[in-house]
Amino acid sequence: MTQPAESAPPERRDSSAVLPVAASAMPPVGAAAPTPPAAVAMRRFSAWYGRHQVLQAIDLDIPERQVCAFIGPSGCGKSTLLRWVNRMNDSIVGARADGTLTLHGSDLLGRTVDVVALRRRVGMVFQKPNPFPKSIKENVVFGAKLHYRLARADLDEIVEKALRAAALWDEVKDRLGSPALGLSGGQQQRLCIARALAVDPEVLLMDEPCSALDPRSTASIEALIRQLRTNYTIVIVTHNMQQASRISDTTAFFFEGRLVENSATDLLFTSPTQKQTEDYVSGRFG
Amino acid sequence: MTSLPASTPFISPRARPVRVRLRAVFEWLMESALFLVTGLSVITTLAIIVILVHETWKFFTMRGADGQLLVPVKDFLTDSMWSPLLSNPPRFGVASLVSGTLLVTAIAAAFALPLGLLTAVYLSEYAPRRVRSLLKSLLEILAGIPTVVYGFFALTFITPNLLQPISGSFGTHSAMSAGIAVGIMILPIVSSLAEDALRAVPQSLRDGSLALGSTKAETILRVVIPAALSGIVASFLLAITRAIGETMIVALAAGGGVAQLTVDPAAQVQTMTAYMVQVFLGDAPAGGVEYQSSYAVAFTLFAFTFVMTWIGALILRRYREVYE
Repeated sequence: MTQPAESAPPERRDSSAVLPVAASAMPPVGAAAPTPPAAVAMRRFSAWYGRHQVLQAIDLDIPERQVCAFIGPSGCGKSTLLRWVNRMNDSIVGARADGTLTLHGSDLLGRTVDVVALRRRVGMVFQKPNPFPKSIKENVVFGAKLHYRLARADLDEIVEKALRAAALWDEVKDRLGSPALGLSGGQQQRLCIARALAVDPEVLLMDEPCSALDPRSTASIEALIRQLRTNYTIVIVTHNMQQASRISDTTAFFFEGRLVENSATDLLFTSPTQKQTEDYVSGRFG
Repeated sequence: MTSLPASTPFISPRARPVRVRLRAVFEWLMESALFLVTGLSVITTLAIIVILVHETWKFFTMRGADGQLLVPVKDFLTDSMWSPLLSNPPRFGVASLVSGTLLVTAIAAAFALPLGLLTAVYLSEYAPRRVRSLLKSLLEILAGIPTVVYGFFALTFITPNLLQPISGSFGTHSAMSAGIAVGIMILPIVSSLAEDALRAVPQSLRDGSLALGSTKAETILRVVIPAALSGIVASFLLAITRAIGETMIVALAAGGGVAQLTVDPAAQVQTMTAYMVQVFLGDAPAGGVEYQSSYAVAFTLFAFTFVMTWIGALILRRYREVYE
């Protein structure tokens, strides 16, 4: 299969004075640490809904095969940023962006980007589990069947692999044909993760994936995320700072549309360089 | 009762409390009145059914001068001819009327169900907001047109301008002409109810499908329509029920007083409803066997619509997807 999003030349947009960046919003913390190459990179990335600017000149590298957490108060723009990485904002009237956003060096914002191919490479898990009203098996193979012609045996293999990867196989292997909506909330969310993994994405975006779940399900999803980071680049938006500190390698703190601080997670939580970050992570925000 | 201690500064100590007894009486009145009003509609429905059954019973037990049953139930169900006025002895094979009704309904459904569903998909998934509200108000106008106008429309437009140019076999009256007009009449029912069903599918399902790399059309075909299927099928059944019971259009456009057992869309047919119109417009003397036969036909019609409604309820309950 060809991957047009990858092969397309990086499109220069009108504000193409992209590099070097006057990194005003980005303190030099963590820059010294040896970081893996960036899977997703943003330079002077800004986004709007209509006239309302939600994100202002974000410069951020999301390292490959690590977990990157986006934290910040509601309305700070972290979910919007996440939804730009797989272009989910396309369906929102009035949403637009400027600057550069790249996946392994290829542009993601241009009009010529094949959004379907992009979303196969960048999967997404949503805040509320959203399995389709179909069987467990049909949910897992939904994406794979869109993109490939597969024999029955291939499908069975995909189902087992994806469900094992999402740590759900043992719980559902005897009832793959039963409706996905009959699963518990935590199981549904792991099914949604399995569904996203089944198309072999490189990046997995997670938008508050545990906020609708009870503590036990949350723990199982967190454990799963830690396992998945060996194979996938994961970006997770969370309101839960303990969760961010437990599962992420790097953390980006957003406030009012700006990236305030981005560094290794232990550093950001123990010795933040910015006053706003310190106030937020210590719960003194106000 | 002594006055309560003024425990809060908000209410003046001079304020008189509302009489508790009066409030209880009001509650009782409210509940009783609502129960009575609700009971009225139930009683009305039951009364209609009782009268139908009673009059139908009278029809099947009518005896002629020789003491024989005039219309045994077996003849009613198996005779292939319905000719209560013109033949001697009169023939009462309801199958001819049922086939007329089903033929017109099938033509209407073949026309309105696919078109209505496609319209609903466009309105729910593609149309920009302004186009959508414009089209919806147009469809509401369509739904508000009196059915007699559709009947005229069938006679004066559909038959001469659409059907007769295609085939010479179409006369002034035909099942096809009436069926198309009934189809236009039930189109807004399908499109509006199916659209409601489609829009009730949570956006999160569409997002989940799009995020897996499906296109908009794939999302609609593989996720949205299956998720809304029970509502779509319910809209189909409701529309078909309306088509079965439709009277004015078929009385005008489907045929004169001739009932025949046929599946030819160019043929004149008489439906169950059209026959009842004919009887009660004065072709048959009250109390006679023809007059009485319309109750048996009405009961048959009622049985059809009742079964349709029942199937609809079953499907809704069986396949309803529950979303939070």
